[in-house]
Amino acid sequence: MAESRNIVRVSGVTKTFQLGKVEVKALTGVDLEIAAGCYLSIMGPSGSGKSTLFNMIGGLDKPTSGRVFIDEVDIAQLDAYELAWLRCRKIGYIFQTFNIIQVMTALENVTLPMIFGGMNNDEAIEKGIQLLELVGLGDRYLHKPNELSGGQQQRVAVARALANDPAIILADEPTGNLDLKTGEEIIALLKQLSRERNVTVISATHDFKMLNVSDQVVWIRDGRVDKIENRDELSISLGDIGTKE
Amino acid sequence: MVDDGSVANEGARSEAPPNRLLVLPIKKSVEIALKSIRVRFFRSLITTISLVLAVSFLSFVNVTTDVANGLLAKEDPGLRRVLIRSGYDIAPEENSVGSSPKLRWIIILSLMVCVVGIVNAHLMAGTERFREIGTMKCLGALDRFILKLFLLEAGMQGLAGAGAGALLGALFSLFNSFIRFGNVALTALSWADVGQSVLFAILVGFILSLVGVMYPAIVAARMQPVEAMRTEE
Ligand SMILES: Nc1ncnc2c1ncn2[C@@H]1O[C@H](COP(=O)(O)OP(=O)(O)OP(=O)(O)O)[C@@H](O)[C@H]1O
Ligand SMILES: [Mg+2]
Repeated sequence: MAESRNIVRVSGVTKTFQLGKVEVKALTGVDLEIAAGCYLSIMGPSGSGKSTLFNMIGGLDKPTSGRVFIDEVDIAQLDAYELAWLRCRKIGYIFQTFNIIQVMTALENVTLPMIFGGMNNDEAIEKGIQLLELVGLGDRYLHKPNELSGGQQQRVAVARALANDPAIILADEPTGNLDLKTGEEIIALLKQLSRERNVTVISATHDFKMLNVSDQVVWIRDGRVDKIENRDELSISLGDIGTKE
Repeated sequence: MVDDGSVANEGARSEAPPNRLLVLPIKKSVEIALKSIRVRFFRSLITTISLVLAVSFLSFVNVTTDVANGLLAKEDPGLRRVLIRSGYDIAPEENSVGSSPKLRWIIILSLMVCVVGIVNAHLMAGTERFREIGTMKCLGALDRFILKLFLLEAGMQGLAGAGAGALLGALFSLFNSFIRFGNVALTALSWADVGQSVLFAILVGFILSLVGVMYPAIVAARMQPVEAMRTEE
């Protein structure tokens, strides 16, 4: 499976932020190939450039140089409409801060991407309820975000990310604002989804719990890839942290 | 749907329409716009209040002119004298009055102040909503979806605010005229003119509300998702 095909390819990507006269080099040349169906974690200390890389892969920001290919299409070549379509149908995003739209109920949050994608309302509602059941919130779909706990909000975000059956789920520190147990539940959920639906999960994190479930871990340091480890190598280098599952 | 009810499907990707459709149906956008007005009701109210005041002033002035014209149309020298005494400049041969240039200036100024207020209120509300806009863009919203939501919201606010303001101004003007001139002010009045003045005030308010939201809406719609999401509340 891991050898099947690359769904994401990052080639020589750099990103420099201009802060007045100061240049901040967030990424200094990243090359990465991500196989379809892989559960990949991007690990690294704070400020190493994980979120920046996440934004590049997700088409949320443009690299200073280098290219990002999704399904072998260079996303820099896409116009605004195609990019929006990519965000709508190909990629599901999960954020550390959940980013649930506060004025809408859980169900409306989940159905919104389907509506954008042209699905009619009844179908969207039916599928939205199924997705919320899948993430364990079957009885909560009429709740507003502020009536849900952090973990529940993140579950809504997971359901929303799945709305249009994306090929890729991008998660930027999905467990960063959750306690240990809730974080584990979200990780287990993501792992289950990646296995059952063959979704490629790419998650930036410094949560070591993520290592247990990852097929591949990319270690980032100072804006470049430090090392890439596959699952089998991982258990060796980390001793018993990576062995159980 | 290709599959019967099961969500877990790989085939969904091939199901994508060939023309890569992205839509925000009008029914859904009205729903979202109404919802965000309701949730941010207090803020919407503040945004709208300057509009209500400016529009009610406009409506007040125009309806008062309608009353004066109604009285003049009676061609009663007594009423003409009363009008002149209450401040109208009416030349002997004239049979109608308009609002004075000075008054018109004040109206225009008040409307301009009101637009500036609306722009400002929307820009402030925009900061609050950047995260929401960024999120919507991550879910596939096009710039024009955001534009549409802002315009709809402002349009509805504009209609409601201008409607309330125009009626308020008209009622106050009628009440005021009744006190000043007595019953004849209302009986001599052409109600069609009053209706026209009220509708005109509503239209002006509606347009001002849309004009006021234009710039903030364009700023919000053009925002890149990352910029929008980075703003912390
Ligand atoms: N918009 C920006 N403007 C200027 N500098 C930025 C911007 N975004 C990120 N940076 C800088 O780029 C570097 C990498 O940031 P990034 O957010 O990618 O780190 P990270 O690995 O996600 O960290 P964390 O684990 O704390 O989330 C940091 O030095 C940061 O200050
Ligand atoms: Mg980060």
